[in-house]
Amino acid sequence: MNLPIYLDNNATTPMDPRVLEAMLPYFNAKFGNAASRNHAFGWAAEEGVDYAREQVAKLIGANEKEIIFTSGATESDNLAIKGVFEMYKEKGNHIITCVTEHKAVLDACKHVEKMGGLVTYLPVKSDGLIDLAELEAAMTEKTILVAIMYGNNEIGVIQPVKEIAAIAHKHGALFMTDATQTVGKIPVDVNADGIDLMAFTAHKMYGPKGVGALYVRRKNPRVKVTAQMDGGGHERGMRSGTLNVPGIVGLGKACELCRLEMDEDAKRLSKLRDKLQASLTELEESYVNGNVEHRLPHVANISFKYVEGEGLMMAMKDLAVSSGSACTSASLEPSYVLKSLGLSDDLAHSSIRFGLGRFTTEEEVDFAIEQTKKAVNHLRDLSPLWEMFKEGIDLDKIEWAEH
Amino acid sequence: MAYSEKVIDHYTHPRNVGTLDKSSTKVGTGLVGAPECGDVMRLQIEVDENHMITDAKFKTFGCGSAIASSSLATEWLKGKSIDDAMKIDNMDIVEELALPPVKIHCSVLAEDAIKAAINDYRVKNGMEALESAKSHH
Repeated sequence: MNLPIYLDNNATTPMDPRVLEAMLPYFNAKFGNAASRNHAFGWAAEEGVDYAREQVAKLIGANEKEIIFTSGATESDNLAIKGVFEMYKEKGNHIITCVTEHKAVLDACKHVEKMGGLVTYLPVKSDGLIDLAELEAAMTEKTILVAIMYGNNEIGVIQPVKEIAAIAHKHGALFMTDATQTVGKIPVDVNADGIDLMAFTAHKMYGPKGVGALYVRRKNPRVKVTAQMDGGGHERGMRSGTLNVPGIVGLGKACELCRLEMDEDAKRLSKLRDKLQASLTELEESYVNGNVEHRLPHVANISFKYVEGEGLMMAMKDLAVSSGSACTSASLEPSYVLKSLGLSDDLAHSSIRFGLGRFTTEEEVDFAIEQTKKAVNHLRDLSPLWEMFKEGIDLDKIEWAEH
Repeated sequence: MAYSEKVIDHYTHPRNVGTLDKSSTKVGTGLVGAPECGDVMRLQIEVDENHMITDAKFKTFGCGSAIASSSLATEWLKGKSIDDAMKIDNMDIVEELALPPVKIHCSVLAEDAIKAAINDYRVKNGMEALESAKSHH
């Protein structure tokens, strides 16, 4: 077992060696521009891209013509939201999203507001899911798009996308979902789920960084987005720029591997995740954040009350995990996702996200359990709050000097 | 972010962790910070009749730098008179632990905790409280 152990697979995943192998020829022997239609170099590159497009489409039950390659999920989110707004703003100017979305969606929505759009940010319930009745109530004649993520990046909860899509469609709006954490982890089918646009990326599913895709529905209804970059009119005019052929080939291979292996991976990882979660919640005053039933198989976000997240991560020095507290960025702001579940600042500061992946072993999980328990106990021995809690003092009644 | 060796040392082997009897007239207690902000320090001193600090204990909820700052503070306090202890400046802690700019607030909190503990002792023993805390930034 090599240290440190990587348990931050929601940030990014290591690349599968089989993906790397598929990509390599496209860096040298098959270096051509996929848009060069009049020689063999171009044809070889185009063939690689075409094959990848089929591999990607197959994973999500789409037609290959519905796949637009981009630089990643952030670009796909931007293209979907800004592109739909520009394309359909004559029809209406209202977009509905939710407060726990990734910044790529939230900030794209903020941009739309500056361009004259109206955006509703739905709250979430304490388990991280949106309230469908609130969505229904927020729909208006002017609503052109509902943008709700599939699986959340911090707590892993899975929104009821089918029901959300049905509500959007009933009111004549399109449904877009950021499925960055979801595609390749659990079965996603754009037709069964009623998805009109979907953003995802290669590096969260054992592919390379810098390449992603936007699914754009072609039938029932035919969806169009206004391009956000001007140029050669690649990707059916929706995304100009010479195609990143090795990256696209890597995304294709990653999708194929996920299609073939995700059921097994998900079964194995959810077992390991449940073991991790069960062991760590044996610790007093530890809580799992987010709905545990509707959740991605490889994520657990746990708060350890009365210890501080950054201090905790320092004690877990052999584990690469992520904290709900952004102290490290000097902002001292706890995670907005956890806060929107109604967690108090101190609990949000005390949370750790464990993200397992294809290459995580049981031995690593066992080690993580032991080191986390040791770290929490060490810090609680040092914590005045833990001592007060043990003495039965109500911490909410103390007048703290906010600084 | 990389921590200095001294921070890691204090964090891994914190000195003088513990609790003194806060009801004793010989003990001064300073509790500063807030859970919402991600750090709370409790620093306690035990003082003899000559106003010399004979013992110091701490408990801290916070990041590694906050724990190291308070651990270091207890080391420095022992053997000092309360007047000399009042002169400990947060920048001395910053220098000793090589804290980066984003962690300076940890040293400020430690200085506040020292002053709060001394003032608690002074008020308990019929003396006036001295200059107040530096933080509230």
